[in-house]
Amino acid sequence: MSRRWGIRLLWLLVPVSAAVLAVGISSIVLLSIDASPVDAFRSMVRYGTQGNSFASMINRAVPLFVAGLAVAIGFKMNLFNIGVEGQYRIATLLAAAAGAAITLPAPLHIAFIMLVGMAVGAAWASIAAVLKVKRGVHEVVSTIMLNSIATGLGAYLLANYLRKPAVGSELLIATPPIAPSGRLGPITQIGGEDLRSFLLIAIALGVGVFVLIWRTRFGYDLRASGINPDAARVSGVDPNAMVIRTMLISGAIAGLIGMSDLFGFFHAYTLDFPTGLGFDGIAVALVGLNHPVGIALAALVFGWVDRAAQILDLEGIPKEVIVITKGVIILSVVIAYEIVRRLVQSAEVKAAAEATRRLEEEKEAVPA
Amino acid sequence: MSWGGLDTAGITAPPAQARRLDTRRILLLLGCVVVLLSVVRIVTDTAGLTSSGTYGAALRLAVPILLAALGGIYAERTGVANIGLEGMMILGTWFGAWGGWQFGAWWGVVLGITGGATGALIHAIATVSFGVNQIVSGVAINILAAGVARFLSVVAFTGQGGGATQSPQVTSELPRFTMPFLAGGDLFGWRSPDVLGWLERRRWFLVSDVSAMFRGFTLELSILTVMTLTLVPLTYLFLWRTRLGLRMRSAGENPWAAESLGVRVYTMKYVGVLISGGLAGMAGAFLVLEAAGIYREGQTGGRGFIGLAAMIFGNWRPTGAAAAAGLFGYADALNLRSPEAVHALVLFVAISLLALGGYYAYRRRVVGASIALALGALAAVWFGVTETVPREFIFITPYVATLLVLAVASQRLRMPTYDGVTFRKGEQIS
Amino acid sequence: MGRSGLAERVPAVELKGITKTFPGVVANDDINLAVYPGQIHAIVGENGAGKSTLMKILYGMLRPDHGTIRVDGQPVHFRSPKDAIAAGIGMVHQHFMLATNFTVLENVILGAEPAHAGALDMGAARARVRELSESHGVPLDPDRLTEDLSVGERQRVEIVKVLYRGARILILDEPTAVLVPQEVVELFGQLRELRAQGVTIIFISHKLDEVLEIADSITVIRGGHTVATVDPEDVTARQLAELMVGSELPTPETRESTVTDEVLLSVQGLGVRVGERWAVRDATFQIHRGEIVGIAGVEGNGQRELIEAIMGLRLPDAGTVTLAGTDITTWSTRQRRENGLGYIPEDRQGRGLLLPSPLWENTMLGHQTLYPFARGPWIYKKGARAQTDHLIGEYGVMTPGPDTSALALSGGNQQKLIVGREMTAWPKVLIAAQPTRGIDVGAQAAVWELIREARAAGLALMLISADLEELIGLSDTLYVILRGRLVAELDPATVTPEELGSYMTGAREAGAA
Repeated sequence: MSRRWGIRLLWLLVPVSAAVLAVGISSIVLLSIDASPVDAFRSMVRYGTQGNSFASMINRAVPLFVAGLAVAIGFKMNLFNIGVEGQYRIATLLAAAAGAAITLPAPLHIAFIMLVGMAVGAAWASIAAVLKVKRGVHEVVSTIMLNSIATGLGAYLLANYLRKPAVGSELLIATPPIAPSGRLGPITQIGGEDLRSFLLIAIALGVGVFVLIWRTRFGYDLRASGINPDAARVSGVDPNAMVIRTMLISGAIAGLIGMSDLFGFFHAYTLDFPTGLGFDGIAVALVGLNHPVGIALAALVFGWVDRAAQILDLEGIPKEVIVITKGVIILSVVIAYEIVRRLVQSAEVKAAAEATRRLEEEKEAVPA
Repeated sequence: MSWGGLDTAGITAPPAQARRLDTRRILLLLGCVVVLLSVVRIVTDTAGLTSSGTYGAALRLAVPILLAALGGIYAERTGVANIGLEGMMILGTWFGAWGGWQFGAWWGVVLGITGGATGALIHAIATVSFGVNQIVSGVAINILAAGVARFLSVVAFTGQGGGATQSPQVTSELPRFTMPFLAGGDLFGWRSPDVLGWLERRRWFLVSDVSAMFRGFTLELSILTVMTLTLVPLTYLFLWRTRLGLRMRSAGENPWAAESLGVRVYTMKYVGVLISGGLAGMAGAFLVLEAAGIYREGQTGGRGFIGLAAMIFGNWRPTGAAAAAGLFGYADALNLRSPEAVHALVLFVAISLLALGGYYAYRRRVVGASIALALGALAAVWFGVTETVPREFIFITPYVATLLVLAVASQRLRMPTYDGVTFRKGEQIS
Repeated sequence: MGRSGLAERVPAVELKGITKTFPGVVANDDINLAVYPGQIHAIVGENGAGKSTLMKILYGMLRPDHGTIRVDGQPVHFRSPKDAIAAGIGMVHQHFMLATNFTVLENVILGAEPAHAGALDMGAARARVRELSESHGVPLDPDRLTEDLSVGERQRVEIVKVLYRGARILILDEPTAVLVPQEVVELFGQLRELRAQGVTIIFISHKLDEVLEIADSITVIRGGHTVATVDPEDVTARQLAELMVGSELPTPETRESTVTDEVLLSVQGLGVRVGERWAVRDATFQIHRGEIVGIAGVEGNGQRELIEAIMGLRLPDAGTVTLAGTDITTWSTRQRRENGLGYIPEDRQGRGLLLPSPLWENTMLGHQTLYPFARGPWIYKKGARAQTDHLIGEYGVMTPGPDTSALALSGGNQQKLIVGREMTAWPKVLIAAQPTRGIDVGAQAAVWELIREARAAGLALMLISADLEELIGLSDTLYVILRGRLVAELDPATVTPEELGSYMTGAREAGAA
């Protein structure tokens, strides 16, 4: 039994090697522009562990976490929903517009906005799903195209239908603000910085996704389809239905990516609304190895790194080095994962063979 | 098709026997398109639909897409799916700009190619040597490339006339060429008459449109464009008529058979992926040095992916990819140059869809006919009701075009047999 | 005069004392073999007797633990197939190694292309291939797309492939396994032509009638040993079969028939089209409670499509499937499984297991919507683990526990797990495709016993197998499938392997003498 735990520990090699490579390569890059890696990291750590950094880190991590969940559900089935970016942007736009259009008592209003977001995200994702199932279009290319289409469509809708009436010479293009019943105040303050409440919903979402994938029949079918699509088919899984259901769920979760910022800060969809969360979500899902716990950790790490790196500009170090760091983390995680996976597999096979041999010897020792 | 993952095509009913598109039918189709465009041009009085300026722009915009598609072909023919083309193109734009700004346009091209190939090297190491899922690696490369470009911009461009998201002006230019007589180019210093231009200005049915097309292709032709166009037959000759090309294709068609015959499959894949990155890098360099004269973040605009779509639509063949790239380039050109022409294009699409619907009805394909006729009617109505196409919709034209093309064509295509399949030396499949 | 000449002839290939062990099994034990030039030498033996291992050693894909190989009298050491090819040995694999999108020419020359400075000299290649194929009686059109070729034609490509590389010694591994009768006739004609050209041929097979027809000399291998080398003129098929099996042919146990009158599976006029041709045509049969219906046939005659149509993995183009009185022709696979249709797939790793997953998740596979594996929408891990423990005990699966990954199990234990999981679900009808392929003799006997017990308890089983011993020993009714049709219905108690083989290859038509 301890042998199995020993094998499990091999998995730690993945984050460790990723961290080492990331720090190492970032240091080399910094050295190449005559900056001191040691200083850089020290400042980052100092700034990043300041009182008001924690809340900021978590606030950044929450949308990343949700995005990672959305992507991971697809990845678990070898379904590459790269369209999370477009799904969340158009979902947030329409949810904000819908949320501003009506007023309901507080919990209902929040739920309504979330539902609109989920529905729009799912609907947008379903386009790619139907194209795949009916026409055999690979989802990577179709979802990427749909991202751009979502951007254009969203801009059109916002500019022409959904924007709030301009007040005076105001140039801001945004949806009308959502009534207070559709907002979420902070849970608390850490070090003077608000901790946005959507965190709680995100945690519940994470638990929900975990339960869905590992504890339900649907999740079993999903994982089986990812591990061995042929065996899954033979066991009764309908591949077309699986693709559509998975994309719908993935899109629905994607629709919630923008909710933390919407409920907790912006209260409307503006042109400054954060973009790029979809792609960051892919990064987080990859680094988190498609498991909610891993994704949470990865989101926190990325959130912290984003926050801590802001100090770098003040030190004269381009904070963009962080983007390289993140990229290196992603690549090293996926490569390390492959290597470690094979190591673990052969270790497991050896251990099982030995244990089996021992069993057989025991059997022979006992007279039949 | 499956780049790994569930193959849903196994359960849906197989398509009716696909007719192999032969040269005769293609030429016939092309002819119809040209005639129809001419008709629509006259009916809607939008010169921009078939002007030489549009065609010239179409060619110029098709080049990066074509380069990306050719790059995709090299990689996928050896069995490696390369989603990272976009990232490699980004590296091409950055290094193309930096090289062009620092050393001159040609150096920009060389460095752009090198930048793209470097990205490809990482992809190759991850997927071929380590067996990482090819799509995951491609996505990771895209993320990394964007980050690298951003960082390098901050380091190299800030304070020099540029910034984090753009470079200083790249003033060095690549040579351009204008055909004498046909397009009024110089002939030993003498400005020759612009025959095609004269024909174009007559605005005669069909004759003027065809003249405009040829003029567009011979006016201010960049040398990179010529190089790219020669790459099309060169790629065909290389992949189908040389020893190395045969071995590379075998890596994508049956790597285990190839390995058993002594072909070094890993090496073949590396070569394919590196060439792929180099071409994507060249596309990026072209975008900067030919089209924009500057590096700007987001310049690639998804062209790496559109290139993949062109590759798919072209059935993984260079000529097909060229045709598809031309189509996308044309859509892009209308986008940029002539909003009224986009509106006219809607009419063209409407008529085409109605014709397609009629053809399907004649073939008794009820579902296809009803969809085509319905969409055609919708498009006709939309054309009639609106004056212009909203700016945002114009922006999304190439992406919608890509989706439509894939939706219509995907099932009739044949990708290399083991494209996307991770090949591990020594692990025998059935 | 001829005799003394023979005694001095140097064998083209000579294997002495070849021994090869894998963990847990001795594949080859002191094998001795001599093949003379210009001879067609057959090696026969049952599945698992060691033929493939021996041939892999001869082709350089494996290294023997002990023993020597001599080619034309000279000792050789092969480190890879390249060395074997250099020594003039060419292997025509059972599973063709061809790129279907390539032309015949491209497939033949790959890796040994004639070229001028890198550019392919297609003209020279084409001429050479044409010359080879004509002079050796293996007709081929070099410019045809491999995908368009029939199985027999593809095999010719493999043959020309090795001839092109200068092979004088050809190894054919189960070459007739995928051929229809006319193609077998054509192949034999080509082999005789090759022999006339001085090519030495080693022919591996377990089809006795064919071997007797074509071979000049036959070596029998059983359990990793060379049992005998005989002259086909001196031996009958029955004697050969007995040498292969080691004893009298298995006679089906005389026991009480457990076949009842209740029809559990009825297939009527089933037809499946693949592209232009009918893979299955007009298949009609029934399986009763307590009956095992065996379907014999050369691989590739429609068995796969038949199974897929019955299991719901493919919609049939004609006919119906009825399970216990209900028409299930259009039901989904899941519906069929939930209603009592079980399946032991032919490719256990590819279609029957989730290799990286723990055993308890594999036990669920195929039954993941039912108790004890699921309760409502939830999976019931405790129930799955308990069931897995039960399986491990009942079916003798050697493993440390239910949390071990499936890939850690040996092939035999994997198969036992699959058989166990299907049977403990108490299906009404169980379809078993090659249930004992590739597992050791002990596990095989265990599986057979399990199948017999289940039948006695009322299971209806459809058995598809290439193992004639298995088919004859287990079936109550035996059909033969050939080119998608069920061409014979036989009584396993009275049929002989040769007779069965003739129906399978179409040499004999049902109804003829």
